[in-house]
Amino acid sequence: MKSNINYRINKSLFIKGFIIFLAFLITLPLVSIIYYVAKEGFATINWNFFISVPKPVGEVGGGIANALVGSLILVVVASIIAIPVGIMCGIYLSENGENKLSYYTRLAVDILQGVPSIVVGIVIYFWVVKPTGSFSGLSGSIALSIMMLPIVIRSTEETLKLIPSTLKEAGLALGLPYYKVMIKVILPVGMSGILSGVMLSIARVAGETAPLLFTAFGNPYLNTNIAKPMQSLPLLIFNYATSPYDEWHNLAWGASLILLICILLLNLFTKLLTRRWKVQF
Amino acid sequence: MRQKDPGLQVKYEMLFSRTLVITALLILILVIGLFLTLLLESLPSIQHLGFGFLFGKTWDPVSNVYGAYPFLVGTLLTSFLALIISIPFSMAIAIFLGEYQPTGALSAFLKNIIELIAAVPSVIYGFWGLIVLVPLVRSLESKIGVVPYGIGIFTASIILAIMIIPYAASLGREMISMVPAQLKEGAYSLGATRYEVIKAVIIPYTKSGLFAGILLSLGRALGETMAVTMVIGNSSIIPTNIFAPGNTMASVIANEFTEADRSLYLSALIELGMLLFLVTVVINVIGKRIIKGFNT
Amino acid sequence: MESPILNSQNFNAYFGNNHVVKNVSMEIPRNNVVAVMGPSGCGKTTFLRCINRMHELIAGATTSGIIELNEENVYDMHAIYVRQKIGMVFQRPNPFPNLSIYDNTIAGYKLNGIKLSKSEKDGIVESSLKKAALWKEVKDSLHKKGTFLSGGQQQRLCIARAIAMQPEILLLDEPTSALDPISTASIEELLHELKKNFTLVIVTHNMQQAARVSDKTAFFYMGELVEYDDTKQMFTNPTDTRTQNYITGRFS
Repeated sequence: MKSNINYRINKSLFIKGFIIFLAFLITLPLVSIIYYVAKEGFATINWNFFISVPKPVGEVGGGIANALVGSLILVVVASIIAIPVGIMCGIYLSENGENKLSYYTRLAVDILQGVPSIVVGIVIYFWVVKPTGSFSGLSGSIALSIMMLPIVIRSTEETLKLIPSTLKEAGLALGLPYYKVMIKVILPVGMSGILSGVMLSIARVAGETAPLLFTAFGNPYLNTNIAKPMQSLPLLIFNYATSPYDEWHNLAWGASLILLICILLLNLFTKLLTRRWKVQF
Repeated sequence: MRQKDPGLQVKYEMLFSRTLVITALLILILVIGLFLTLLLESLPSIQHLGFGFLFGKTWDPVSNVYGAYPFLVGTLLTSFLALIISIPFSMAIAIFLGEYQPTGALSAFLKNIIELIAAVPSVIYGFWGLIVLVPLVRSLESKIGVVPYGIGIFTASIILAIMIIPYAASLGREMISMVPAQLKEGAYSLGATRYEVIKAVIIPYTKSGLFAGILLSLGRALGETMAVTMVIGNSSIIPTNIFAPGNTMASVIANEFTEADRSLYLSALIELGMLLFLVTVVINVIGKRIIKGFNT
Repeated sequence: MESPILNSQNFNAYFGNNHVVKNVSMEIPRNNVVAVMGPSGCGKTTFLRCINRMHELIAGATTSGIIELNEENVYDMHAIYVRQKIGMVFQRPNPFPNLSIYDNTIAGYKLNGIKLSKSEKDGIVESSLKKAALWKEVKDSLHKKGTFLSGGQQQRLCIARAIAMQPEILLLDEPTSALDPISTASIEELLHELKKNFTLVIVTHNMQQAARVSDKTAFFYMGELVEYDDTKQMFTNPTDTRTQNYITGRFS
């Protein structure tokens, strides 16, 4: 009897140890990725790296200015499209618990969240690229904005649902029209949650490649015209990483490092901001 | 001084409410539009190739022959292999964070790691895989005596496994942390060990939720494009073993879409996209339903 | 005799098919405190929320009948205008958590985009907080967030916010039910002061409170207005047996 209990206790402890071991094994690939990106990336980066465009094969040096500018424009334009639409839709869903439209829209958001990004690229190719006759930064931004929408909508809806209805009533009872209550009372109170959703969605699409393959397409030259093909950091990494040339690999490592730092900063910033702006009820 | 023109207020109010409805409708139309576009553009392929498309074993655009079977096999192999590799890790993380140590420095550390794993862009996983993982797999392959490509289904599965762990792990953690304390205390009071409580109370109680998390991570794996494209070897021949190079539905689209010069070729690729869309829709809707059922 | 400030005629309110306020007719005289009491679920809060048209914000809620403010049917006016004329204080204090005490007080102006000069604002803030008996306690921390105050102070801030709009009537929906006895006493004391400038309608499930603060009392039971009379009369010599039963604690 006694030995049986000891056996069970030891078994429990052993399994706990095993589970902890398995759980923390996940740090290994992450450390390896960060190590390689940092090691190879820092070796490449210098001032020139930021201000020049890639050089043809065989020439040493060159930079990723085209991809930096392109990524920035793509993400900013995508945000301009996705944030207002996403927040408005989130408000609608938080205000309309269960009606037909909110039911189907919620279903649509669920679907959108799971749509493979490459599929979005295909569709935007037919919606924008084919009619306009050219790959373009704008089409890339539209594709990215579709990837952002479900994240912004969901975080807005979830945040606003948590705000006590008494606040809305307080605003209405002061004689404020409904739209002012939503815009001036409810949105500011939920700002930290909504912003964190927005930032996460930006972090997410900043690293997206697949929806840009058939839309923004990439561009070896510096371009700020959103009607023309545009380079982005992930596209550059994809193209140069899969090339057989060492110089291009180096550029890809440098670009990876910059991209990774940007995304990590966005994530970190989101956390700080959420803590800082949190409104107490 | 405090009267504002009520007529104007009413107008703005209507405008605001209408805009809300319109944006909600827009999202709905967007998703319907996604599907209709895919359907419309894949019609030539559906009409020409019919069901044979799914079972055709040859994909040879040069001779205008399009069979999707190699990609279906490639997709299912990589995704399920990735799932099998990821489950022990994601469940271990879920149990650790949900049950052993819901709070504290160690769990905060692990949570951050999981968030970082989810935040790293797909293309960086692919690059890392190409430079770091491929040589490792290659040396493994030459040790066990298969053709040492390095790239291939197996390598793609490992990378996919790493990428999908956060989804199943964080959902699983949420589910496990929702197990009512009375249930666990009931078992403890009967003299159960921690492991026995996990096995007899927590896992049975949360199994539908854990399943949903794994299902949703499968959805991610099926649609993941870049990392897979970079390491799978892009071969349109049916893989004969898990170390062989192959292609998934997503990777073949990524590789060939912009070079598809014939309309049937392009249409066949889009049909692959539509299949991918439909499969992920079904998986996501089922997964979300299970989670919703669990929460209420 | 002066015409009543508020006059309800055969007023009904519904939630879907649920008839929650039944044929209520009552007149509320100016500068009075009128208490509305009754067991929970009797329709007293719903009736209060019909006066400033908050009831209709709930999906499926409808009304019929007339409520007149200064002989004009509030259901013929725009709801926004009604709510500016009839202020409301809720069960739980609900200051805007993102605004300071100062901005909370003038929230009705600020959020509605009504431009005021600095001196106008200062004036409204000071006089409203004074009327709400909060000025002394907060005058040195006006720019702190309203949510740092205690529950009783928050509720007085909400009263200040409502009276800053210079309403004619102030509706109070069980304003002390979430407060401790000391805060409750200070709010009750405040009601006596406020009566000089405003007409107050207070919903309460606490009979003692009704007896302490009001000039007239209405007793609601199962959606009906059973009895409405001077408070003294009501508590010493009620005419209806249901009122009698309620006052003597035979049901709750």
